[in-house]
Amino acid sequence: MIPEIGNFLLMLALVVAVIQSVFPLVGASRGNFQLMSLAVTSGRLQFILILFSFFCLIYCFLFNDFSVLNVAKNSNSSLPWAYRIAASWGSHEGSMLLWLVMLSGWTFAVSIKSRQLPMEMLSRTIGVMGLISIGFLIFIIFTSNPFDRLLPAAADGADLNPLLQDPGMVIHPPMLYMGYVGCVVPFAFAIAALLGGRLDSTWARWSRPWTTYSWVFLTIGIALGSWWAYYELGWGGWWFWDPVENASFMPWLSATALMHSLAVSEKRGGFKAWTVLLAILTFALSLLGTFLVRSGVITSVHAFASDPARGIYILAFLVLVVGASFSLYAIRAPKVGVGGSFDVISREGALLANNILFLASTAAILLGTLYPLFLDALGLGKISVGPPYFDVIFVSIMTPAIFFMGIGPLAVWKKAEIPDLVFRLKWLMFIAGTAASICMFFAGKWSPLVILGVFLAFWIISSSFLVFFERFKSVSQSTNLTNIGVCRRLPLGFYGMLTAHFGVAVFIIGVTAVGGYEQEKDLKMRIGEGVQVENYIVRLDRFAEIKGPNFDSTVGVFSIFEDGNFIAVLKPEKRFYHVQQMPMTEAAIDSSVTRDLYLSLGEPLQDGSWIVRVYLKPFVGWIWAGAFVMALGGILAASDRRFRKLREEKVREKNLV
Amino acid sequence: MKLLLSNLVVVVSLLLGMPLIGIGQESENLDQRIFLLTNELRCLVCQNQSLAESEAALAVDLKNKVVKLIEQGKTDDQIREYMVSRYGDFVLYDPPFKLKTMLLWWGPFLILLLMLIMAKSFVSNKKIITGSQSYTEEQLRNARKKLNE
Amino acid sequence: MIKYLSPLLVFIVLAGFLAKGLYLNPKEIPSPLIGKKIPDFKLSGLSKESPLVFSDDLLGEPFIINVFASWCGPCLDEHPILIELADTKAIHVFGLNYKDNSSNALNWLEKHGNPYQSIGVDPKGVVAIDFGVYGVPETFLIDSDGFIRFKHVGPLNRETINEIFKILEELPK
Repeated sequence: MIPEIGNFLLMLALVVAVIQSVFPLVGASRGNFQLMSLAVTSGRLQFILILFSFFCLIYCFLFNDFSVLNVAKNSNSSLPWAYRIAASWGSHEGSMLLWLVMLSGWTFAVSIKSRQLPMEMLSRTIGVMGLISIGFLIFIIFTSNPFDRLLPAAADGADLNPLLQDPGMVIHPPMLYMGYVGCVVPFAFAIAALLGGRLDSTWARWSRPWTTYSWVFLTIGIALGSWWAYYELGWGGWWFWDPVENASFMPWLSATALMHSLAVSEKRGGFKAWTVLLAILTFALSLLGTFLVRSGVITSVHAFASDPARGIYILAFLVLVVGASFSLYAIRAPKVGVGGSFDVISREGALLANNILFLASTAAILLGTLYPLFLDALGLGKISVGPPYFDVIFVSIMTPAIFFMGIGPLAVWKKAEIPDLVFRLKWLMFIAGTAASICMFFAGKWSPLVILGVFLAFWIISSSFLVFFERFKSVSQSTNLTNIGVCRRLPLGFYGMLTAHFGVAVFIIGVTAVGGYEQEKDLKMRIGEGVQVENYIVRLDRFAEIKGPNFDSTVGVFSIFEDGNFIAVLKPEKRFYHVQQMPMTEAAIDSSVTRDLYLSLGEPLQDGSWIVRVYLKPFVGWIWAGAFVMALGGILAASDRRFRKLREEKVREKNLV
Repeated sequence: MKLLLSNLVVVVSLLLGMPLIGIGQESENLDQRIFLLTNELRCLVCQNQSLAESEAALAVDLKNKVVKLIEQGKTDDQIREYMVSRYGDFVLYDPPFKLKTMLLWWGPFLILLLMLIMAKSFVSNKKIITGSQSYTEEQLRNARKKLNE
Repeated sequence: MIKYLSPLLVFIVLAGFLAKGLYLNPKEIPSPLIGKKIPDFKLSGLSKESPLVFSDDLLGEPFIINVFASWCGPCLDEHPILIELADTKAIHVFGLNYKDNSSNALNWLEKHGNPYQSIGVDPKGVVAIDFGVYGVPETFLIDSDGFIRFKHVGPLNRETINEIFKILEELPK
């Protein structure tokens, strides 16, 4: 019964989605307020319907309804309950429903938070989101229905892929999808603005917090995924340039460019056509990612079971949405105009440079991801494009971007005083260079890449400090506030920017240290044996057998000594999951601020010894810490008073009228 | 301004060049060599993993082969050639530069160039303040002095 | 105008490739060995009494190399077709027993029939690497001079057999 209700709710949601898109869009073009007023109601109703449908699916998983095909394929009665819930988005069908929950959730949020928007704009925005919703609902109901029955019912389920039986599975997909799908909001705003011909700075101001929030989720989602892969896959990598990772990274890069471009559009009225294009592009990339992951056109560690029919549908939908958007752009954008004028050396200039570099790196990743497909389609043979390519190209393009990141906030809008800027930049170079040299002196050995990384990190940090003090000084000179008062006077958006940039520096330090100094040892070990890695000794004490809820596990017990002193016991596991008959490696990690000591069990050998992988990863935690600091910066920026004030002003205006 | 631009160009091109220097060096350390090599060779039977990452039977065989070839004194290039002659370019995660991969390697920089040209239209049809390059050393000194005050 | 149209144009080209990609198999890897001479090898036979097999001994007539193992499920799928092929006696079929236990392999052949005129044993998969084998079963067609003319990965089916015969007919006699 419950699956039928879930299915019915989805169909109902489809009807509501049609109402949500057709009437408000027609209403907006005819100036019919009654039709437009349907937008908010139907948008909210749609969210409730889809949310309850999703609850139905979770119910089926939680209570082991193996008469549902999706449950029978992806769950098992011995699976712990938390993973049974997570299993509801572990399959292609379930994850599409999660996607839809997020989409309608964002629609709901827009309908609540954007009451100050002009009626036309709001109806168009929600209407566009409704159109996207229709596409995905049809896709789910007719090609990937999570409620399809299995008759007769299975006695038990085939279990969730053991790789996914991890706390990461509970939190990573919802976060990532939240960000992925969040890109729809600036997209819908952009399309609404193009339709209505209103591309002014208020449009940019509305879009900004939404863009930033979805960027925050995307950042957290990607970071969690990277961290998960790091500890779960057992070989200690944190980024593999796998097509699935690229699929999430491209919208992130594009969204980053969009955030910065929106800043110019809002504050200076510039880059408008460009900003609109970025908003469309970001969502297009997020749709493209969905296609790549689910169509099987590209091999990836994380491809869903591929089905050509699904691939064709998503491609058709992609062509429809993106094709229509770009066509609309081609028709409307020429009338938008370029916006305010500025000199090359100005904050606009630096932001434009940032935009171009971010977009170029996005294009490079797209090219690298799809190049094997291009060659294959042209009958030119098969090649692989992997980390060596992406590392070189990405670092080459992003290095100048990081460089501009230091300059941008220092330059003033429109036209910077060049000698002044040069003077400050020379100082920054000097500081960053000195700091990098000192670090290299203490590190002992170094490579060009390490110097580059450390230099860039200090370049950002010193520039951020300088920006802060200059701003601080200018405020304290023009007011007679106390120091704390001045700090409070500075807008949150400013702190957000500094924090996010600082996060990038932290991230770069992590990446540089791991890339330059990580130690990897693949060893044969017997009980009682110890190995030395730098100043650590890893000793294999014994093995233990453990029974888990749905697996058996061999646990290696290792003692870790630092400079001869005992510091920790690590217990990496080799698990065997019964239902899927699949072995799994569970790494054990001793983390500290400056390094991770990472152990994972390889294979047992015939002579009773084991292959053990020992990694020493300096500063690896800084990679994810950096990402979270970036996300924190995003949260600060998005909660700037300015965006709230706008709302209050509008409400006041309304009351006056 | 010309001065600044030329400075910028030098710095940026230096920074651009730096990462390229680090790639392609052959490490002296044996473990490191095995690690680097098996990381850039693709496992053929896995979805998308390098030999180093994979525990598939064939990947283990090929890893052992790499070690054996190193012990026989083969260079990294010879080992890559060994794999390519048997499995094709598919095994290389670092695609070699040839006619059909030209667009892959140059593409990103062509795109960058194209976008820079397009971006010029943002700036160049606006008047660029002229005379900015004519700051004298004295003016610069004054500016600095002002800043230090 | 072209500036504003360019995103659309780029996207259309991209979509074309993606559509084409739906009908390609990214996991199929073409062998660079096609048109090359087969690598030299020397293998022991499957049973103790059978003699060593040298690659040169096989030359002179076109022949087929089939890589198989008793532990490999898909090998069993293609087995009837191989038997059929062997019954026609049209071509010599050489079996390369890949990373297998010899007695298991003998039992397997006893049970399901032996389509191979001769068999070489490659217990560690060393020769298989020289042949660029990455998944069992794999099948090669070699011409009389020892050049590899055709390779198929995965279980054989009637279409591949027809293809093999077509190539055979075109070979200079």
